[in-house]
Amino acid sequence: MGKLLVKERAVVVPGEQIAEGMDYLPAQGAYRKDDMILAGRLGLLTVDGRAVKIISLSGRYAPRRNDVIIGKVIDVMMSGWRMEINCAYSAMLSMKDATSDFIARGADLTQFFNLGDVVVAKIVNVTSQKLVDLSTKGPGLRKLYGGRLIYVNCNKVPRIIGKQGSMVSLIKNATGCKIIVGQNGVIWISGEPAQEVIAIETIKKIEEESHVSGLTDRITEFLEKTCGKFPRQEQQPFEGEQQMDGQGPMDEEQQQNE
Amino acid sequence: MAYTKRLDGRGMKEFRPIVAKAGVIKNADGSGYFKIGNTVAYAAVYGPRELHPKFLQDPSTGILRCNYNMMPFSGMGNRVKPGQNRRAKEISMVTEKALLPVVDLREFPNAVVDVFIELPQTDAGSRCAGICAASIALADAGIPMKDLVSAVSVGTVDGTIVVDLDYLEEAYECEQGVADIPIAYIPSTQEISLLQMDGEITKDMLVEALKIGEEACKEIIEIQKRALKEKYSVSGEGNE
Repeated sequence: MGKLLVKERAVVVPGEQIAEGMDYLPAQGAYRKDDMILAGRLGLLTVDGRAVKIISLSGRYAPRRNDVIIGKVIDVMMSGWRMEINCAYSAMLSMKDATSDFIARGADLTQFFNLGDVVVAKIVNVTSQKLVDLSTKGPGLRKLYGGRLIYVNCNKVPRIIGKQGSMVSLIKNATGCKIIVGQNGVIWISGEPAQEVIAIETIKKIEEESHVSGLTDRITEFLEKTCGKFPRQEQQPFEGEQQMDGQGPMDEEQQQNE
Repeated sequence: MAYTKRLDGRGMKEFRPIVAKAGVIKNADGSGYFKIGNTVAYAAVYGPRELHPKFLQDPSTGILRCNYNMMPFSGMGNRVKPGQNRRAKEISMVTEKALLPVVDLREFPNAVVDVFIELPQTDAGSRCAGICAASIALADAGIPMKDLVSAVSVGTVDGTIVVDLDYLEEAYECEQGVADIPIAYIPSTQEISLLQMDGEITKDMLVEALKIGEEACKEIIEIQKRALKEKYSVSGEGNE
């Protein structure tokens, strides 16, 4: 009979023996050696039925289809733009995925996106050779003006967004900033300078303390202390950004990690 | 006279006191610290990231690039001259080959994982300390790997087998001479991924020494695992 050698939700390190026997199956991040299942990376052990998988706690962003990310234009090409997306590979935004407008042959593409522009985009495809294709067609996908960018550990993004985007709307309500969180660990913040600083502080706090329980309460307390009482709004997805972070791929990510 | 008592009073199969830590360099994607006796190694891992120049890229897998460096003020100033030289290049190369069997970079075609190993203080066994630190750093960086690698040197001093020679032992002058054999060991597959030697040793003693070295490595790997768990353990609890 198969036996689990490590407690569920424990931290495992590469090479650690996780389970014995053929009853368990190695999934993402684990591998089988003879009748043992060993950890293939550092992370948090989760058991889903018979499948044993390891959720990563560290590491660079790995591009995945349908992720909404924030990128920066690094090159303007013949029929599209090359973007830096905070990972080992740059991504391609081609003209047909960028806009529905008619673009004449030989038109100057910098009128849409210029070098250094910051863009919210969705990953439409990732090939085995890690060629990444982006799209800016869709709700909330657009060029960003002003504001500032911060970089966080992409494995903490689900914590920063919170269930159904609860955490990020908490910060938005308290600081009055517009915030967009990209799955690649890039966050765009725009608002009053003093409030922006508070938002950044809060996000850094979440990143550091994401593992300690009662996170939402502590963050609420922290925000009340720094911003004073703020109207605790129910979720009202009326703004583009707000809709976005509580939707689709981020939600899925959230559920996976809960 | 045979070597019956070690110069620093350790047991023959005893390695020097070890301190290991993970996540000591905040800017890096992963980092490790490994101190064994007076030898101190820091390792920082960056990547996977884009690899330039382009001709180095491998479309079938990511590559691992190690850089071993003794800091200018490390060592005792008498034997090994620190800095980029033939010796440092060779050690960078063997470190890379010692770590390569465990890391799996097929998920990162055309990319590179850079490992920088710096030694602020050395007292023999620096390549082994470097490998141990690098293996902690790679795991900390979330790189897919089959296992951790641990390394230690074994050898003979005047005909006696010892583990983890320090500089005084390495330079010990005696009738039968000294053999110094750094090894790196992968516990899950029981493979040796680094084997070098300075000096002379008989076949029987070599086999015996390797067996003792493997045992020492198994103990060291536990220390490395503990270092990694210490950094992350809190996140295991109360995450719900």
